[in-house]
Amino acid sequence: MADTATASSGTLMGKKERRLLTDPFNDNNPITVQVLGICSALAVTSALKPSLVMAIAVVFVCAFSNLAISLLRKGIPGRIRMIVQLTVIAALVTLVEQSLKAFQYDLYKQLSVYVGLIITNCIIMGRLEAFAMGNKPWQSFLDGVGNGVGYGVILLAVAFFREFLGKGQIFGYQLLGEWYVGNALMLAPPAAMFIIGLIIWFQRARNTELVDVS
Amino acid sequence: MSFIDALNLFIKASFIENMVLAYFLGMCSYLAVSKSVSTAFGLGLAVIFVLSITLPINWLVLNYVLAEGGVFGTDLTFLKLIVFIAVIASMVQLVEMVIERFSPSLYNSLGIFLPLITVNCAILGGSLFMEAREYNFGEAVVFGVGSGFGFFLAIVAIAAIREKIRYSHVPAPLRGLGIAFIITGLMGIAFMSFMGIKL
Repeated sequence: MADTATASSGTLMGKKERRLLTDPFNDNNPITVQVLGICSALAVTSALKPSLVMAIAVVFVCAFSNLAISLLRKGIPGRIRMIVQLTVIAALVTLVEQSLKAFQYDLYKQLSVYVGLIITNCIIMGRLEAFAMGNKPWQSFLDGVGNGVGYGVILLAVAFFREFLGKGQIFGYQLLGEWYVGNALMLAPPAAMFIIGLIIWFQRARNTELVDVS
Repeated sequence: MSFIDALNLFIKASFIENMVLAYFLGMCSYLAVSKSVSTAFGLGLAVIFVLSITLPINWLVLNYVLAEGGVFGTDLTFLKLIVFIAVIASMVQLVEMVIERFSPSLYNSLGIFLPLITVNCAILGGSLFMEAREYNFGEAVVFGVGSGFGFFLAIVAIAAIREKIRYSHVPAPLRGLGIAFIITGLMGIAFMSFMGIKL
């Protein structure tokens, strides 16, 4: 992966920094290219609202855990690095979970175990291992935001199709009239898989560099 | 808990509520390590092993340390995420060392995905489901083994399909990851037909 190279430049928003932020949106998308972080969130994509909350939570956790690990990176012994990383992530996720519980109880109930499962979202751990352990705090923070948003974009895209085709709604508002019979398959788990498969197809058809040769 | 109850829970955990196909847990390693059957087999066994150890341990920790009547006498369940993940991380590190010592070839082929078992959502998901559904100790053990077995089945099945599909004419942009997602979706539909089985 090219992004493991050390990024360094004097300015806060140089060319490299901008690439760190925007690459994950498309050419290096965590879900469709790096194959990370599919786990914890697909079950929440049957509607847009929980997906949006999930995406925000992941951006938050990803950015700040990258920042924290990057600050600590010189003091972490190699053998126990996983436990240190996970403790940082788990603490941030606990923050998210408790604030959701306090301010948005309905959503908290709806997301249930999937909030806790942000911990095991491989994007976060993967970025810590691949990037934050070897880069400066500011670059790591940007990388975290970029990857979190890249993840959120796919999540919202999947949720859009599932909610629209499954119920004829967007964010809970009925867009299509009574004539529209919802497609129950779109609300079932396998639909998320099909939609991501199609997104990957679309992306790789446009950018042939990403095509799997094997 | 009678034998039939245990068997029921096992079937439910491994087929009807399959971690991968019904809840999407453990997707990352499922997709990344499913290129050959032998690696998938190794990872599947590792997941069964880790799940069936961590679930009972986490159950004990939850009920005797964190719960209100536990060692500290106060309700500490808000710490459950950190504690669960710490238990899981240390167990995975243990498994990693054992595999490195006894099977270097498996160790090399699993690569980064061995440490990533820690962040395999299926493992933490198992513990969180165990807590949310208020299983007792026996149920927790059976649920751990059952959901591990479900993951094993799913990953070996997709690895076998992906080995076969290498010789098919899949459209170039869909090759690899794209088709794997679509196959998983189809497998999910197939597994939906287990719904309602009860002994």
